[in-house]
Amino acid sequence: MQRIGVFVCWCGSNIAGTVDVEAVSEALKKEPGVVFSTNYQYMCSQAGQDIIKNAIAEHKLSGIVVCSCSPRMHETTFRKTAAAAGLNPYMVEIANIREQCSWVHKDKLTGTEKAIILGRTAIAKVNLNAPLTPGESPVTKRALVIGGGIAGIQTALDIADAGFEVDIVEKQPTIGGKMAQLDKTFPTLDCAACILTPKMVDVAQHEKIRIFSYSEVESVSGFVGNFTVNIKKKARYVKEDVCTGCGLCTEKCPQKNVPNEFNLGMDNRRAIYIPFAQAVPKVATIDPRYCTMLKTGKCGVCSKVCTAGAIDYKAKDEYIEEKYGAIVVATGYNPISMEKFDEFAYSQSKDVITSLEFERLTNAAGPTAGVLLRPSDHKHPKTIVFVQCVGSRCSGAEKGKEYCSKICCMYTAKHAMLTRDKYPDTDVYVFYIDVRTPGKAFDEFYRRAVEEYGVHYIKGMVGKVSPQGDKLMVQASDLLANKQLHIEADLVVLAAAIEPDASARPLATMLTASMDTNDFFTEAHPKLRPVESPTAGVFLSGTCQGPKDIPETVSQAGAAAAKVIGLLAKDKLTGNPCVAHSNELMCNGCSSCERVCPYGAITYEDKEFRMPDRTTRMRRVAKVNEAVCQGCGACTVACPSGAMDLKGFASAQIMAEVDAICK
Amino acid sequence: MQVTEYKPKIVAFCCNWCSYAGADLAGNNRLAYPAEVKIIRVPCSCRVNPMFILRAFQRGADGVIICGCHPGDCHYTSGNYYTRRRMALLFSMLNYLGIEKERTRVEWVSAAEGAKFAATMNDFVQTVAALGENKRLEDLRCKL
Amino acid sequence: MQALTREVLLDRAKALFADGTVDRAYGWKRGEFDYDVTPGLFRSVEEMEKEFVFDDFCGANFSKYLVEETRKGEGKILVFLKPCDTYSFNQLLTEHRFDREKVYAVGIPCEGMADVTKLKAEAAEGIRSITAEKEGFVVHTLYDGDKTVPRTEGLSERCLVCKSKKHVAYDELLGEDGEVADSARFDEVARLEAMNADERFAFWQRELSRCIRCNACRDVCPACTCETCVFNNPNSGVESKAPVTSFEEQMFHIIRAFHVAGRCTDCGECSRVCPQHIPLHLLNRKFIKDINAFYGEYQAGAEVGSRAPLVNYTTADLEPGEAVQRGNEHA
Repeated sequence: MQRIGVFVCWCGSNIAGTVDVEAVSEALKKEPGVVFSTNYQYMCSQAGQDIIKNAIAEHKLSGIVVCSCSPRMHETTFRKTAAAAGLNPYMVEIANIREQCSWVHKDKLTGTEKAIILGRTAIAKVNLNAPLTPGESPVTKRALVIGGGIAGIQTALDIADAGFEVDIVEKQPTIGGKMAQLDKTFPTLDCAACILTPKMVDVAQHEKIRIFSYSEVESVSGFVGNFTVNIKKKARYVKEDVCTGCGLCTEKCPQKNVPNEFNLGMDNRRAIYIPFAQAVPKVATIDPRYCTMLKTGKCGVCSKVCTAGAIDYKAKDEYIEEKYGAIVVATGYNPISMEKFDEFAYSQSKDVITSLEFERLTNAAGPTAGVLLRPSDHKHPKTIVFVQCVGSRCSGAEKGKEYCSKICCMYTAKHAMLTRDKYPDTDVYVFYIDVRTPGKAFDEFYRRAVEEYGVHYIKGMVGKVSPQGDKLMVQASDLLANKQLHIEADLVVLAAAIEPDASARPLATMLTASMDTNDFFTEAHPKLRPVESPTAGVFLSGTCQGPKDIPETVSQAGAAAAKVIGLLAKDKLTGNPCVAHSNELMCNGCSSCERVCPYGAITYEDKEFRMPDRTTRMRRVAKVNEAVCQGCGACTVACPSGAMDLKGFASAQIMAEVDAICK
Repeated sequence: MQVTEYKPKIVAFCCNWCSYAGADLAGNNRLAYPAEVKIIRVPCSCRVNPMFILRAFQRGADGVIICGCHPGDCHYTSGNYYTRRRMALLFSMLNYLGIEKERTRVEWVSAAEGAKFAATMNDFVQTVAALGENKRLEDLRCKL
Repeated sequence: MQALTREVLLDRAKALFADGTVDRAYGWKRGEFDYDVTPGLFRSVEEMEKEFVFDDFCGANFSKYLVEETRKGEGKILVFLKPCDTYSFNQLLTEHRFDREKVYAVGIPCEGMADVTKLKAEAAEGIRSITAEKEGFVVHTLYDGDKTVPRTEGLSERCLVCKSKKHVAYDELLGEDGEVADSARFDEVARLEAMNADERFAFWQRELSRCIRCNACRDVCPACTCETCVFNNPNSGVESKAPVTSFEEQMFHIIRAFHVAGRCTDCGECSRVCPQHIPLHLLNRKFIKDINAFYGEYQAGAEVGSRAPLVNYTTADLEPGEAVQRGNEHA
């Protein structure tokens, strides 16, 4: 049996004005477990707190009920008071007789009656309270960044600059991501390479950063502060520490017909290659799908020409296990496949391209050395049609995405403007549903494209593109003029919707991080915790969370880094003790709780149980990781057997409250 | 014999982050609602087990209302979505058993909606009071 | 009449015992009368030869028995599964309730099982036996001779509205597999929905007040496999034995139905075993009907590993208030 003390606060006249506090403290004396009851003008004052402390000592109280203002106001205060007097802080319950009683009821009799019931309810709960101690866990002071695009690069740099070790895992042979493929960036039109490549070099030279390029995350276990990650370093058949990046092998390799991914297949590379001149690490990689030596054992040209002796045909995938305190997801995006959009003739004509392909065509390091030439016949296109929202804002989402890809309006304006700037004799049409240009200096940029550069912006969608000879017949509607248009174009550029990288979904499963239906990672709170995943210790950077442009990505990357730094700066993590707990004797191991847990806090283990007949039996039972559980209680209701309960809000406690109210 | 006006017993489960704060705000703004409403604080509306609701009716409650964050605003991201499904099915079942559907309700009240909280409670108490005492889901032993 | 005879099943069982595939088998066992078939565990071919039966009285679903039995011994257990039983089998696998490796499942076709209660009603006393013949069920009585009941009148309600004759799990299949049927199983629920609240309350009071809390519905239910049932757990707050007031029957059945909601495969065992003939399946079917209407068609156990509707959500789910309205639309 508990020894409960009741402390009724007047809150000046705030409570005492409509509640007979004397009557309340008298009435509550009679409740089961109560050994002491009093009232005072201001319980939260030093004098009031002293009354509580003295009573705890004098009456050997095991629990206290404070009838006062909202627990959201002073629960922490009274918990500290209790702790100072040697009572476990979780043996304190608050009866809210101010906000939920004296302030909303006018009649003193009514107020007093209700205050007694609220006090009785808190007493009923405290009778079933148990002392709780927050768990502590250590923090590994190292972060993992998954993805080496601009988001991952910025996050890694910011964390490393704060003095913590960071590893970047990038599945491509180089970091840089999509930004490395871009030509100019809106709205300032600086060249992407000029602002990105110095950052790539910074990463490479930073003493706190390790790059695992051409690598993938294989498995993740553990929890916030204590993740163990298995990383697969794919065999690149070139010794990374020996290769000087001279590039001789990539010139001598006889296998010349490998589609060059970096230029989106618009030209070819060799079987041994460095993706682009500023690659980091600047190391060659052999593509085993094309290398004659690896496939047939005959060739070995690269090995012969490599003066450094870096080629190793016998290399195998390597696995590295490393511990991390925090994980940042920066897996980025890809344009969606244009396969389902046959009306735009993407698969029928080489001159129907995506905007990212256009980006390569205008890039000085691209397949045409920056001269805008049609992929089919290498002629200057005279009429270019840009189609926006291809696969974005599709209702029903059978073939596209329901969301707005956000960046297309701006890069299309950029493409149109740059085309008109370099080739003033070119006619440029842009078909749009809406032009969406919120952002600093964004709308001004778009208006310049229209007003200064004479780009024809037409509200309406393109219905059909049909190749006819060396022309592309574009059929479209102009919604404002209410007429059908037929344009004879040389080049059609599709602003393809963007979608999360395919690696995101399996990664989310490994991390037990939640995703929305579009496979974008979900944030812990859309407004207040936008760079954290609901899974503690997992943070989100860049487009893996939703479509973003570069400035937004960089600021989110910095924000994620700040959150990581805040976590790694701690020596140990103190949890919330009001967490779920499973009674393994009753657990069925059915996985219902695991499925509703938004934090991935529940795992299963096979455990041996001794039976009454002295035999043993293996059973699958749930285990809650208290460092990860946030205490929502979703699992407690999903659990059919009632094995799962929540400390501090136990079923028995809540039912005791129900009973006390209904008495 | 003293004739007293019938006053329904109402149990309100409020999530800590939105609705409980909404109730506090109603208090701060002195927005009155009937004293028949007694609030039980839970971390999230998804902590409310259908067994608690039945227990309340058993013990003599005339109405049970569950308040949580608006869908999409759950402090725990998805808790109220589970609440929504569970209560949709439970309420539909109670209705199927012939229990007056007005006795149970789910309402989303944010921390900023003090006025909504008070209005909701006023309306709910009025609705339940009009139905009279809960007789269909009662445990006679608890009314002795 | 079933498509396969007892002998076909027995021969297959003998072969599986003989080649060491299995060392015990779940099958239907002869009871005191030929229509009193009970579930039984057979440890040898000899036991099976003596007592194993398969006919139109073999309604019992063995899936649940596997939870306990697979924890014993090393060898595999042979189990015969009718199409509807395979859904329970899968649902239990989804919930990790038994080790699939320890079971050898033989799917067998089912032509529907008899409702013994209906048939027994044909004679007040003196029933010697009941047999399934081509022309229907024949009730052989001591005093009144033989009475023939057309098959459609003697079948269980659950078989008359059979949802599927297709097996969703087995190691081997004897005979032909059927199709998922477009069944009228929700008609009765819709009829209740169409009543007003007072009528519905009266209906359920009449039905549930007969409950004697024997727990047969729970004990037979393949979704009720909790290590400790909340109704047996003194700490759960709902523990109870014999019903004292009408509330307890309601409480028991509402909680039980809610606990299996989204996991119930609608196998109908609860109603089959109820000694008071309470149509308990109408509670579960209401949940299934609502789930289908609110969240899209979902058949528990149709595939292993599927996410049950109550541990799932979409951001566009309907509100509980609307649900009550729509739950009343008896489509």
